Amino acid sequence: MTTPHAAWILLTKELRLELRTRELLNATIVFSLIVVVLFSFAFDPTAAEARRYGPGLLWIAFLFAGSLMLNPSFAREQANDTLDALRLAPVPPFALVLGKMLANFLFLAIAECVLVPVFSILYNVSLAGIVWRLIVVLFLGDAGLVITGTVFSAVSAHARMRELLLPLLLLPILAPLLIAAVEATASLFADPPALDRTWLSVLAGFDVVFLTASWILCDYLLEE
Amino acid sequence: MKLRILIAVALGALIMFAGYAALFIAPDEATMHAIQRIFYFHLPSWIACFTAFTVVFVANIGWLATRREKYDALAVSAAEVGIMSCTIGLITGPLWAHPVWGIWWTWDARLTTTFILWLLYISYLLLRGLLDEPARRATLSAVFGIFAFLDVPLVYMSNRLWRTQHPQPVILGGKNSGLNPIMAKVLLVCVIAVLAVMVLVLIDRYRLELLRREADGLRLEIESRSAIPAGDSGD
Repeated sequence: MTTPHAAWILLTKELRLELRTRELLNATIVFSLIVVVLFSFAFDPTAAEARRYGPGLLWIAFLFAGSLMLNPSFAREQANDTLDALRLAPVPPFALVLGKMLANFLFLAIAECVLVPVFSILYNVSLAGIVWRLIVVLFLGDAGLVITGTVFSAVSAHARMRELLLPLLLLPILAPLLIAAVEATASLFADPPALDRTWLSVLAGFDVVFLTASWILCDYLLEE
Repeated sequence: MKLRILIAVALGALIMFAGYAALFIAPDEATMHAIQRIFYFHLPSWIACFTAFTVVFVANIGWLATRREKYDALAVSAAEVGIMSCTIGLITGPLWAHPVWGIWWTWDARLTTTFILWLLYISYLLLRGLLDEPARRATLSAVFGIFAFLDVPLVYMSNRLWRTQHPQPVILGGKNSGLNPIMAKVLLVCVIAVLAVMVLVLIDRYRLELLRREADGLRLEIESRSAIPAGDSGD
């Protein structure tokens, strides 16, 4: 079985699991909404300030939500030792990691489809005319978050206190991604909006570096 | 044993001489005066820190490629030594910055990169502490260590693009850069002294790690041996 085909099968399995319970998506969406609401209490921003701090708020919310959401990705395979079953499957190990990455990417994207419009309404930041460009930024940023997050979810799944450990591993690594994503989003929220190629290439570079590293290291990641 | 004491004494003398040279031999800096002298330990500690983290990276790859336990022991030892020199750099930096820049800290590229680096390797040690099974601990922490090291240039680049305030490199920094020749000699002595101390600490920490592992192995063996007769007498 080829890697894309196996990854696709794993992706459908993850989606089926999530559609039956919906626990991951619900929790992620509610958590990121809470962050957005609490931000307004903490800073009480005007419309201009919301435009200024909005990108940072959005990406902090995504990063925190992501570091919580990615935790069960491998950890929930342990309850019934289903990770061993996945390992026994005659597919390349990278297919397992890739399938998980794609599923997590979809979950995060769905959560953002809810969160971004709500943010736009609550903080009076108009998204008219920048939607497609914003999607490009979100795509590259989410990819980096999900690539590193899925790998670290596999790392932390075997540790004690894994729920606490994953954000500790993930958030410092994501520092360059946060800077680039926030700056790229900020230049979209500016007047006139612009798509900053420098920051997009930093995001793309982050994605390529860590996707390659996961491809090389996934054999070690999943070994028993 | 005698040799090690001799080496330790020699290194002690070397680091004392480096301190003396930094304080009394190096000429006074034109604008910053005495506070500039902290630079003779700030830069070497930073070099030592990067050297140690590079050793961690190489040892991580060494473990994954060969599965020899010595690489894992080297990785944890170098991570600890690296964090120690990183901490020295992070403390001496603000001590210098407060009188010169007027602030303790700024989110400049090099400062931020070093701070993130420090956090990453603290996380690396935390991860090791939370993984119980030795082989798995070595493998998974090696994967994390490689990711952390790959992150460093990205952190630096993104911060560089974002903002930078740190003094431009004085050595090899471009046309008008360059050190007074006496300053350069003193700096060289300090770099050698600090690196030598770090290497000595690293070697000792590495030996300690190997001894600790040997002791753990022996303890397990004793427990497994004493468990068998106890089980027999219970029947």
